[in-house]
Amino acid sequence: MGGGQYSTEKEAFDKNLDLTKIKPYGDTMNDGKIQLSFTLPVEDGDKAIEAAKELAEKMGLKDPEVVYHSSLDKGFTFFVIYGKIIHSLDYTKIQVEAVEVEAMSKDDINTYIRNKIGRKLVILGASTGTDAHTVGIDAILNMKGFAGHYGLEHYEMIEAFNLGSQVTNEEFVKKAIELKADVLLVSQTVTQKDIHIKNLTQLVDLLEAEGIRDKIILICGGARINNELAKELGYDAGFGPGTYAEIVASFFIKEHVRRKGYN
Amino acid sequence: MNRLNEKGKQFKSKLNLDFTLVNKARQTAKKIAFETQKFIDVHTTTTIERTVCRLLGIDGVDEFDVPLPNIVVDHINMKNRLGSGVANLIGNAILHTNLTPQEIAKKVARNELDLTELSLKDISDIKATINVIAQETLVKISQNRKKRENLLQKYSDKEGPLIYVIVATGNIYEDIIQAHAAARQGADVIAVIRSTVQSLLDYVPYGATTEGFGGTYATQENFRLMRKALDKVSEELGRYIRLTNYCSGLCMPEIAAMGAFERLDMMLNDALYGILFRDINMKRTIIDQYFSRMINAYAGVIINTGEDNYLTTADAYEAAHTVLASEFINEQFALLAGLREEQMGLGHAFEMNPDLENGFLYELAQAQMAREIFPKAPLKYMPPTKFMTGNIFKGHIQDALFNMITIMTNQRIHLLGMLTEAIHTPFMSDRALSIENARYIFNNMKSIGDEIEFKKGGLMERRVDEVLHKAFDLLKEIEKEGLFKTIEKGIFASIIRSIDGGKGLDGVVKKEKDYFNPFIELMNRELTKGGN
Repeated sequence: MGGGQYSTEKEAFDKNLDLTKIKPYGDTMNDGKIQLSFTLPVEDGDKAIEAAKELAEKMGLKDPEVVYHSSLDKGFTFFVIYGKIIHSLDYTKIQVEAVEVEAMSKDDINTYIRNKIGRKLVILGASTGTDAHTVGIDAILNMKGFAGHYGLEHYEMIEAFNLGSQVTNEEFVKKAIELKADVLLVSQTVTQKDIHIKNLTQLVDLLEAEGIRDKIILICGGARINNELAKELGYDAGFGPGTYAEIVASFFIKEHVRRKGYN
Repeated sequence: MNRLNEKGKQFKSKLNLDFTLVNKARQTAKKIAFETQKFIDVHTTTTIERTVCRLLGIDGVDEFDVPLPNIVVDHINMKNRLGSGVANLIGNAILHTNLTPQEIAKKVARNELDLTELSLKDISDIKATINVIAQETLVKISQNRKKRENLLQKYSDKEGPLIYVIVATGNIYEDIIQAHAAARQGADVIAVIRSTVQSLLDYVPYGATTEGFGGTYATQENFRLMRKALDKVSEELGRYIRLTNYCSGLCMPEIAAMGAFERLDMMLNDALYGILFRDINMKRTIIDQYFSRMINAYAGVIINTGEDNYLTTADAYEAAHTVLASEFINEQFALLAGLREEQMGLGHAFEMNPDLENGFLYELAQAQMAREIFPKAPLKYMPPTKFMTGNIFKGHIQDALFNMITIMTNQRIHLLGMLTEAIHTPFMSDRALSIENARYIFNNMKSIGDEIEFKKGGLMERRVDEVLHKAFDLLKEIEKEGLFKTIEKGIFASIIRSIDGGKGLDGVVKKEKDYFNPFIELMNRELTKGGN
């Protein structure tokens, strides 16, 4: 391992923060230091190390250092690399779309529904398609909730139905019509080969075909879901990991009221 | 009080456990299982009958990929004759046609033969004919069991925790590459994850899987391919690498039979898991479980129960007693099916909130308690999953704490946690890092369990006492209400399921007076002999 990371040589770069040209921060402003790890399908050795280095350079790393390499199996080598990234970014130009909701408490949500809507909201949730994981939808819907945050079943002004896992989109839409759902919550955990995208898109198509897309608030959630993706797919909102029931509820009650125009 | 551990040696409880209460809890669980068994004994299911077909040598699919066992069983069920057992009708057809079960199945598939229209021959002739074929099958399964025992003896079985990892590429050939790498890195058990839909399929797919979602299908061909690959790497490493799959869902006993044919070593096998997490009808799956466990027992397979899953939805600290209660019940169901304690991989998990003060001590107490209450069982200990996040660095430490508990309390089947648990199915490197973590800790702390005792009257002692008492109270409640009623009330995992809800109820059939299943009779005879 070279002396790069311990080098006392003076490096010539501007050490002032400039938001139009930000870089990763190691221990000095604008040093651009990053770490990464990956596996190459080649035998461990000098040639493999050189290959990893050159690949890191192609990724935009200056002076990449292979700080660790080890054979995982015949023909597979694992690398840990540190380097300085040559790219910078204009932070002032970044725009993101996050769901902007002010999380209300459970009591406030119940009061809000009682006063502004005047009836229970009907929420229907499922893990759709072939997805067998219920952890996400259970965390939002089930009585018990998650990490001390009660699920929507626990809210007196919400009537929540959890259809569980592996629910087909057809079945889901049928139930939504039958129960006159105000809000649909779709959970997706398995994302292999982008199956969640196909599945989420198909649901939107079905709702549109039934002519009820505008009548309901459509929300998806999951480990690999964010609001931007959700909007792109035609959803009203998308929530990633670490979202609690009250955050989702705060969003849909206000959205419901906004749409109905009663205030 | 001194008790015997898994090696028959005396051990003293480190937690001052109240073994009088443990015995009472066990007796209560026995009554619960016994009551449920009365229901099981008078029913059969479509998948049990398909299993009988498979064990009689019926395999393959028709031109629409429908498995022949399904065709035969559906054919008989449509005529309302399934209550007599397929063995009865197939045996009868053999006497009429002198064909093999496979040839008979093919004729049924081509609509050339109606099994229900043949005149019934003498039942003792039918039984004699079928029993010859059944015996041949059982000999084959026994030979597999012997082969495993011989290999374990040849390589000498590993002491201490078995490192259990999963492969889940969805392509069995890619899975083999991953499994070989994992074995060379130090894994002892390879579990091939199933495709996400399989638990709800009421048939077993046929052939090798190259494109599954979240895993491959449990098919006999996939089993065979992986077994062969693991035998090869076992030979190379001089270490027996065990193979695991999932004997759960709507085809529990069929998968058990396939596993017995292809020498799988472990099977996830738990009706409660299917009821709670896959919404499978409780009557259906509890009946299926019995026959599947019997086959596993006979094949020398270690079952893994699914208590760990409760804690993914319920709170691990608050619901600890439900895990213990379920372990007691699972133990009794396993005994009724002929499984020895050494084949009971009772499940539990390291799932407490990492922010919990002294959480490590509660986990340690729980693991030590399970060890002492089920001293001979190769306990299956599951890693943190619920509180794993994208912070892989912290995740690696959570896994390290989990590894420490295993070595401190001598858990046997150690499902390795992955630092990327919350992100994706493991990369080859994730698995390597996790195995390295475990081997480091297992070696560095090897004898710590022999060196430490816990404080008398301390936090851990008080904790297990509380958990044991609550488990006993729960068992008493279940005894009063019955197992099905308890599940309807949502006691386990806070999930409510109704007795006639869920999938698969239409596959439950009441046995008729003339019901015949040669395998239940023959296996029972050998298993209760205690010679297995």
